[in-house]
Amino acid sequence: MKKFSVKSIVAIGIGAALFFVLGRFVSIPSPVPNTNISVQYGLLAFLAVVYGPVSGALIGFIGHTLIDFSFGSGIWWSWVIASAVFGLLMGLSAKVLKMDEAQIGKKGLIKFNLAQVVCHLACWMVVAPVLDVYMMGEPWDKLIAQGLMAGIANTVTTAIVGSLLCVAYAATKTKAGSLSKED
Amino acid sequence: MTNLFNYIDRSSPIHRLSGASKLVCLLLWSVAAMTSFYTPLLVFLTVLALILFRMAKLRIKDVSFTLGIMLVYIALNNILIFLFSPAHGVELYGSRTVLIPLPGRYSITAEQLFYHLNVILKNACTIPPVILFVCTTNPSEFAASLNRIGVSYRISYSVALALRYIPDIQREYHDISLAQQARGVEMSKKANLIHRLKAASTILIPLVLSSMERIETISNAMELRGFGKGKKRTWYASHPFTPADYVSMIFCGLLLIASLALTAINGGRFFNPFR
Amino acid sequence: MEKETLIAFRDFGFQYTAQAEPTLYNINLDIHRGEKVLIAGPSGCGKSTIAHCVNGLIPASYPGKITGSLTVKGEDAVKQGLFGLSKTVGTVLQDSDGQFIGLTVAEDIAFALENDCVARDKMHEIVEKTADLVDIRRVLGHAPHEISGGQKQRVSLAGVMVNQVDVLLFDEPLANLDPATGKQAIELIDEIQKRTGCAVIIIEHRLEDVLHRHVDRVVVMGDGRILYDGDPDTMLCSSLLQRSGIREPLYVTALKYAGVSPTPDMHPSSLDKLSLTQAQKDQVLNWFSRQPSPAPDEVTPLILEAKGIDFTYEGGHHALKGIDMSIRKGEMISIVGTNGAGKSTFSKVVCGFEQPQSGSLTLNGEDLTAFSIKERADKIGYVMQNPNQMISKTMIFDEVALGLRNRGVSEEEIRPRVEETLKICGLYPFRNWPVSALSYGQKKRVTIASILVLRPEIMILDEPTAGQDFRHYTDIMEFLRALNRQGVTIVLITHDMHLMLEYTPRAVVFHDGKVICDASAAQVLNSPEIVTQAHLKETSLYHLALQCGIGSPEEFTRRFIARDQEVRK
Repeated sequence: MKKFSVKSIVAIGIGAALFFVLGRFVSIPSPVPNTNISVQYGLLAFLAVVYGPVSGALIGFIGHTLIDFSFGSGIWWSWVIASAVFGLLMGLSAKVLKMDEAQIGKKGLIKFNLAQVVCHLACWMVVAPVLDVYMMGEPWDKLIAQGLMAGIANTVTTAIVGSLLCVAYAATKTKAGSLSKED
Repeated sequence: MTNLFNYIDRSSPIHRLSGASKLVCLLLWSVAAMTSFYTPLLVFLTVLALILFRMAKLRIKDVSFTLGIMLVYIALNNILIFLFSPAHGVELYGSRTVLIPLPGRYSITAEQLFYHLNVILKNACTIPPVILFVCTTNPSEFAASLNRIGVSYRISYSVALALRYIPDIQREYHDISLAQQARGVEMSKKANLIHRLKAASTILIPLVLSSMERIETISNAMELRGFGKGKKRTWYASHPFTPADYVSMIFCGLLLIASLALTAINGGRFFNPFR
Repeated sequence: MEKETLIAFRDFGFQYTAQAEPTLYNINLDIHRGEKVLIAGPSGCGKSTIAHCVNGLIPASYPGKITGSLTVKGEDAVKQGLFGLSKTVGTVLQDSDGQFIGLTVAEDIAFALENDCVARDKMHEIVEKTADLVDIRRVLGHAPHEISGGQKQRVSLAGVMVNQVDVLLFDEPLANLDPATGKQAIELIDEIQKRTGCAVIIIEHRLEDVLHRHVDRVVVMGDGRILYDGDPDTMLCSSLLQRSGIREPLYVTALKYAGVSPTPDMHPSSLDKLSLTQAQKDQVLNWFSRQPSPAPDEVTPLILEAKGIDFTYEGGHHALKGIDMSIRKGEMISIVGTNGAGKSTFSKVVCGFEQPQSGSLTLNGEDLTAFSIKERADKIGYVMQNPNQMISKTMIFDEVALGLRNRGVSEEEIRPRVEETLKICGLYPFRNWPVSALSYGQKKRVTIASILVLRPEIMILDEPTAGQDFRHYTDIMEFLRALNRQGVTIVLITHDMHLMLEYTPRAVVFHDGKVICDASAAQVLNSPEIVTQAHLKETSLYHLALQCGIGSPEEFTRRFIARDQEVRK
């Protein structure tokens, strides 16, 4: 593995802190009682696209582990790993689909959303349940139902929150040179 | 910080262990508890976890919040399992002993109840060690411990940075959220889901973009003080190992070996009292 | 004996990769051991770029084209690299939160030692010694949010001093500190330099505050060039400062208004050493008696009234202890005091972000208690310090329209209202631009516009000019004054004593959750007791007035400000 630059180390740390704060304190009530919508996956998808697959994986891994630590409900390794895999896959798809900074706000958005749907499906319908069956011996039916719920919710939040972040970020890359004042 | 991760500063044999050895123990223990489905071992681990809690001088009221969450979690998990797979135990153990006949698939069987007991035990012996680790390890020691067990110091430091900036980001989130509410951004239940997510974004966008600007300042500050120049670094907050550290790591290693051995001897992974 | 030259720029130039023009031209500058040098200049003059060259961030983090040479301790700076230079040059950055990397004070001080693989026990020893040097031993175990801004800066200083550096470089050390803490920071820097004999470089545009202690040389920069490099006394006697957009010390300006031309032998760079002849003192006294006293403001009806506001945070911190305060329609006032004195908490209570445990709050006689955050925001607008924390839309028009759209105002009504607001704020020509293309000051205006569009009766602004140079400061404040003249009541939360004197006739001083003074700004700054208690700083005009035998320094201050406003127009 290539040596990390200090900047990516900081990006991982700050990214994980953001992931943590969103996951732990930002509660958006969902239609299902007692469950909250996790906006942090929209953030993770966005950060993975900007900072790459390895940073994305580590942000998901560290951020999710810290959330589990602070809730004290034990570390749910299968879901922690699924979060890391999501960061990794999003980062990889950004490379494969060549979503660059300049177009992420426009054409890139379609690629971004295609990628996130596939990545979410892979993580919550495959990675998380398979690990749970192996580690916790829980029944498939229940895991698939859980995975489906999480997958759909995360896809919706990523489609909105992630896309809006991409658009806002792309706009910060516009320089004044191309603009002129109007009367 | 302290209340966020519930670190409780007391003097106990568990507190005095180095963070690194506690982390090793936690990992060995978790793997042991996760691979095994051998009920007597799970009972043993659960009892042992309770004894360790006593040794760490933790009181029920210290951990009542996390304990509450854990119980709710276990209850919900079991209800879900029963709703979706009420006959999972029957499949696993290959017999069917109906205790209370109920309509449809939902008859309560001894096998299903025993399976639920296993699920509860699995939770009961994987969750408490995590609470124990968090309550007895100073967050300052997290990064040093990770580095000690072989994680590169760069990645270890990103964990320290996350811990450092969580309170800052939390405060910033709070302030931005208030200022946006004053401009009429609403996240309450009145609006529909899509609307709520958009509202959340008006807070997240300034939060995320200003945090990203921060990254440059912080990495400059770190490089100016020599971060990343060597292959290694030392840690101010690290603890040197004592004999107790080695003893506990060896003990947890033995637990893992026992768990793996039992799984192998047992052939299948589930302990079956119904055969 | 000639002192060792630590830093030498020779015909040095630099151009950032992303920019079309060089940022530095033909720089020749020497810094010697034991010297204290102030580098001053408006934003964008290249003073920070010089700092980045000295500490190695250029070219390590900011690539570009270097011409000429820069040597540090006789060796080429670029060859030594960032890590090599960090052994010689210790940098204290402006953003003390960004620089505070450790989880606790002790870990942050130890950071550089950790990277040098110093053994744990040795490290603990050095950290304790260094902490004593800057007097923060008591807080070694504290987390960053548990200590004050001044203490954070001391931690940053200790964090670079563990390396036994030869040069200490301070990038805008006064930017985030309250006036008294800023004064202490300058004293601490002076003390450390005397004790260690290292060279000190201070980058600041707040000249008067730095001159609180002796500096050997001042380097004034403008447009990437060195305009002046010499002793501070000579510089103050020229007209260089006015031309280069740096504010000269108020007492020097006052002397000039009185017709006294300062000469280097009067030591104008230090208020303590300033020597005036009796004739010169009389000249000041005469000028004072000739100046008309500014007319008092007319009394308008009350708009906001707080009575007995008491507030305790969840954690038990008793932040407001029975605040009584009233604001009149059309006023422009300052709220001042240390961090943690209750200024911000009070504004949060007024905006409805926090609910007081007791007390009443009325707006135009109407009780505010039952109003939600959103309803209050229709009448009371709040502008955060950092515009980047408020802006969530990419286009300027949308950002300003956000509050109206959230209130369900129709699009036909939104357009003229937003356009009108943009015109008031001077942003109309940019209405179709993305926010990101604007400068910091323009972004600040966008956030003000986005609140103003809701037509509040009162606007509360948190540190509107923090970190801005003299020109941007004047821009923002003149804009706020124009708004105020159009009828908006304005409340400013600030650490800036100049701002308070020049723009707000009235100042309310918070200390430890109480209002300890509510008077004219000139009165506040001329009461030594209040000044000490609330961590403010007396104006130099106060001392000048005393030296010239003027009985009422407060009246002197007031007449000076009135005169200064006229001249600057």
